[in-house]
Formats: sequence, C-alpha cells, structure tokens
Amino acid sequence: MAELARNDNPIQPNQQDEKPASPWRDAWRNFRKNKLALIGLGIVTFFIILAVFAPVIAPEGIDDQKISTENYAKLESPSSEYWFGTDDFGRDILSRVIYGARISLTVGFFAVMGSVIVGSILGIVAGYYGRWVDTIISRIFDIMLAFPSILLAIAIVAVLGPSLKNALIAIAIINIPNFGRLVRSKVLSIKEEEYIMAAKAVGMKDSRILFQHILPNSFAPIIVQGTLAIATAIIETAALGFLGLGAKAPTPEWGTMLADSRQFITDAPYTMIFPGLAIMLTVLGFNLMGDGLRDALDPKMKS
Amino acid sequence: MDAPVLDVKGLKTYFLTDDGEVPAVDDIDFHVKRGEVLGIVGESGCGKSVTSLSVMGLVPSPPGKIVGGEILYKGEDLTKANDKRMRQIRGNDIAMIFQEPMTSLNPVYKIGNQLIEAIRLHNPWSKKQAWERAVDIMTQVGLPRAEELMDSYPHQLSGGMRQRVMIAMAMVCNPEVLIADEPTTALDVTIQAQILDLMKRLNTETQTSIIMITHDLGVVSEMCERIIVMYAGKVVEEANVETIFKDPKHPYTVGLIQSVPDMRSKKQRLYSIPGTVPKPGSIKQGCQFAPRCEHAFDRCFAETPTLEKTDNGSRVRCWLHHS
Repeated sequence: MAELARNDNPIQPNQQDEKPASPWRDAWRNFRKNKLALIGLGIVTFFIILAVFAPVIAPEGIDDQKISTENYAKLESPSSEYWFGTDDFGRDILSRVIYGARISLTVGFFAVMGSVIVGSILGIVAGYYGRWVDTIISRIFDIMLAFPSILLAIAIVAVLGPSLKNALIAIAIINIPNFGRLVRSKVLSIKEEEYIMAAKAVGMKDSRILFQHILPNSFAPIIVQGTLAIATAIIETAALGFLGLGAKAPTPEWGTMLADSRQFITDAPYTMIFPGLAIMLTVLGFNLMGDGLRDALDPKMKS
Repeated sequence: MDAPVLDVKGLKTYFLTDDGEVPAVDDIDFHVKRGEVLGIVGESGCGKSVTSLSVMGLVPSPPGKIVGGEILYKGEDLTKANDKRMRQIRGNDIAMIFQEPMTSLNPVYKIGNQLIEAIRLHNPWSKKQAWERAVDIMTQVGLPRAEELMDSYPHQLSGGMRQRVMIAMAMVCNPEVLIADEPTTALDVTIQAQILDLMKRLNTETQTSIIMITHDLGVVSEMCERIIVMYAGKVVEEANVETIFKDPKHPYTVGLIQSVPDMRSKKQRLYSIPGTVPKPGSIKQGCQFAPRCEHAFDRCFAETPTLEKTDNGSRVRCWLHHS
C-alpha cells in the first residue's frame, strides 16, 4: 500500500511553473505537514485570543468578589456558574486565568524580544569583528551562563525591586547570552560564505553586509530559539511570581495565583490546578510550535 | 602601445600565521591592457586566488597582508587606497566572479533585488531605472525570461544560470577589469563552453579586460591572449598563448601541458607532475620547483632564478633558459 501511495505522488513536475515559492512559503508548507506543530500553533492561538479578548470572554472582572446577601462565595467548587470555582476572596478563577494569559504572553513576548534584540546585536558584533571584541562579549556571556538562570533572575529582581516590569527585565537579561551565542555562531559560519565575499566584491559596506546579508540569513534559528524561549520565559515569570518577586497580589498572574492558593491545596485544589494547567498548556503549545518551526526552517531538512 | 589598465608590480601578499610568515604571493608582476584577456594558470595553492583577492583588496586580514609592491589601476596605487575608495572601485571599476555559482548568491533575496542593490550602490538611480538596467543586463548575458527571473530566488536556478547571474552582477556597472576566479570549474562541460563564449562576447563588446584565473589549460587556450603561469606564489613563465602551447620553456609549464589528457591517444596512464605544490615559504633556497623538476641541477637548489626574456619572446624563471 505504502508503495502504491508513493507512486501516486510523482515528483510534481509543475512545481517550477508555479509562482516562485519564497523561503517562508516553503517553511509554511513544511510546518503544515507537522500535526504536533499545528496543535502547538492551535494552543498558542487559543491563548492569544483569550488574552486579546479577555474583557469580552471572561464572565467576571478580575477583582469582582462574589458576595450574595447570605454567603460570601469564597472557595466554591467548580460549578455551572463558576466553571473553575472561586478563590479565597470569592473571585472567579476562570476570569482570572483568562486575564492571566494577557500577563504571561505579554511578559513572555517582550522579554524574549528584548533578549533577541540585545543578544543579536552583541552576537553580530562579536561574530563579525572577532578578536578582542569577541573575547570580551563571549566571556560576559560565559559568566552569565555560569549562574543558574532563575538565580540570576532573582538576583536582578532583588536589585531592581520586585515588580512585574522588573521581572520582565530580569528574564530578558538572563536570556541574552543564549541568543548572543546563537547569533554569533551563525555569523561566524555565514561570513565565510561566498556570497558575503561577493557582496564585498561589488563594493558593499560592512554595516550593510551585516544587517542586510548576514542577519537575514540567521533569522530562521532566531525564530526557532525565540519561540522556545517564550515558553521558558512564561515559566520564569510564573516562578518569579510564585516566589513573590514578580507580579504583586491582586494581579491575576498565574504564578502569583499558584502561590496565593498554596494554603488551600487540600481543601480547594482547583484554585491551584487551573492556573497550573494554564501555564502547562501555554508552555506546551510554544514548545510544540518551536519544534515544528525548527523542522520547517532547518535547511538540512530541505530537499 | 597604450598604458595598461591594471599594472601589478612586485606584489607580495603574506599570511602571518603562528608558524611564521607564509608568502602566498611572492613578488609577482603582471599587467592587463584594455580589452585584453589575461590567463593566470597554476595548480591549487599556487597563489592565484590570493593574487586576485589582493587586487580587490579583499585579502582576509588578519592573517593576510599585502607587504610590498604596487597595484596600479589607471595609475592609482590600490594598496594605498582607503576603504571608501576601495569600495567605489570594487564592482564599479574592478569586478569579480567567483568559482562557486551555487553559493555566491545570497539565498534569502530574489535575484532582481541583488542585482538592483549592486546597481544602486554605484549609481544614483531610481529603483525603476535600476530594475530596467538589471533586466537589460540579464538579457545581455543570455538569460531567458529575464523579467520573470528577477522575481526568483537563487535556489530555483541551475548552476549555469546562476553563473550567468553572477556575470550579470559583475558586468552591471561596466567595470574596466573583470577578475574571473575559476568561473567554470564548478560547471559541467557544455555549460562551461557557453559561459566562456559569453565572457568572450562581453569582452569584445564592452572592451572590458578580463583576468581569467584557472587551472584548466583548455579554458586558457580558448579565451586568453597572454598567459602567466604561477608556481608557489611566483610567476614562472609569461608568454603569448600560441607561444606557450607551441614552445613551453619552463619544465613546470611543460608538465602542465603534458598533464592534459589527450582524447585521441590510447595511453593507459595519464601524465602527472610528481609530488605536490610545496607549502609556500617551505623552500627557502633555490628554485621552488626544483624538488619536482626532472631537469634540476645543482644550481637550481642553490640559487633562485630570475624572470628572464627568452628567444621566443616569453619570460621564464628557470636556470635552463638563462644565457
């Protein structure tokens, strides 16, 4: 059967006549074939929609305490009214988890953007100019990587003071060396390519070669690494929140919610389960998507 | 006789490595006249490519360094030109084609964009003008459906087409000198002939001088008027193309010509020069070729010969031909 199926699919002779496939369209075609990657994309899209339309989707406000005349609706089990139950202040957990997506995704995205930008610039400079510039930048990366990342983040937050913004900055900083090294190694290999020599031979400036010819050629691994880094950044945000170094009390940050509901774990486990599930699902989504992107963008996999 | 467009005098390009100085190009002289095709021939590692990169000012530095000599382009010494001036010259006055057409184009940009970029670097033209010029030059180098190709990515083209694009890119600013570093080595034979024809045609049409760097004597005999044979960073023989094939003087040149397989002969074994090119700088004394030379005698190992004119008009660096 398998062989039959293969025979049904000859080497598509018309492909050349189609509209020229850009590298990105190629990548999308590969990505689409990967079921797990599509699931990841689905999960991520789902959370992005939750985050963007949180005020519309969430049944209650984040700080609305459900107080009726007789009872204070605190720590209620999941029901048709409160799907995920309520917490110790009588706040709807579902609504808080939905709003929490906003915080986690924003922090994850901007922290990674920050580290990508700073890391890429440092990596490019180190890789292209080499020599002592490279030595200095690479040693700084090595020193930063010598610390366990979460400890470094805690130290940075301790210096800056605990807040969501500072947690974001800390996460951005600890991820810089990862991107810096990635870009540096990419630049090192690309700058030996003949098309870089050819670009020099038509009289191009260094800066132009760097940003127009070397950088775009290292986009693929940056995107892959970036997607995976968002997943870690979300965990790190939650971890900092859990430790009381990230978002402050009424903010519906998933990690903070976990920390606040620690004491009810036996009586009302749903107060922890749902924020925890949310963290797990988003991270899973980003990881699946990142793996799929890696397969789709890896030039070695291309025919 | 008019002055040469490019006149290289006593060029020395050394590589400074941990093991000391390596003279990749050691005191070479050559010149190219307007509209002339000059061939530089030699085995791999004899300094052909370093010579061309030196002219372009693209020797990787460090470790490479031009330590002596002059490269005169229309009387201007390029070894003394600053970065900005060199960038103006590259592409606009002296252009270069590389060996590997498969990797000489940036894979993330469309062909058209790369051509337009090259044009606009040296001309204050609008995008539209540059686009028209690009289509024009692509048609000129014999690429069919030029307008469509402008919109393609390099991986969609065959090797021959890519080399045409590279030639188009090099010729797009009407350079005075075109350096072709083994432009046909990576192509198959039928395409090779087409590319050589194309270059010959562009040479006659535009009067662009071409420096053809190759190890393929067939290419040289077809294309060039004058030939320089290089060995271990030095010029060992310089002659007109007819002279060199009819009456080669240097034992190395003789060996090279003998190494070309003859289709008609039924010889079982192909001739090859014994040994390999020595590491530049490893032979401190005497002729660089002496250890591989059949005719070497005592003097060859003791003194380095100089480049001398011979009876048939060629210049040879060999004690056998010293009068």
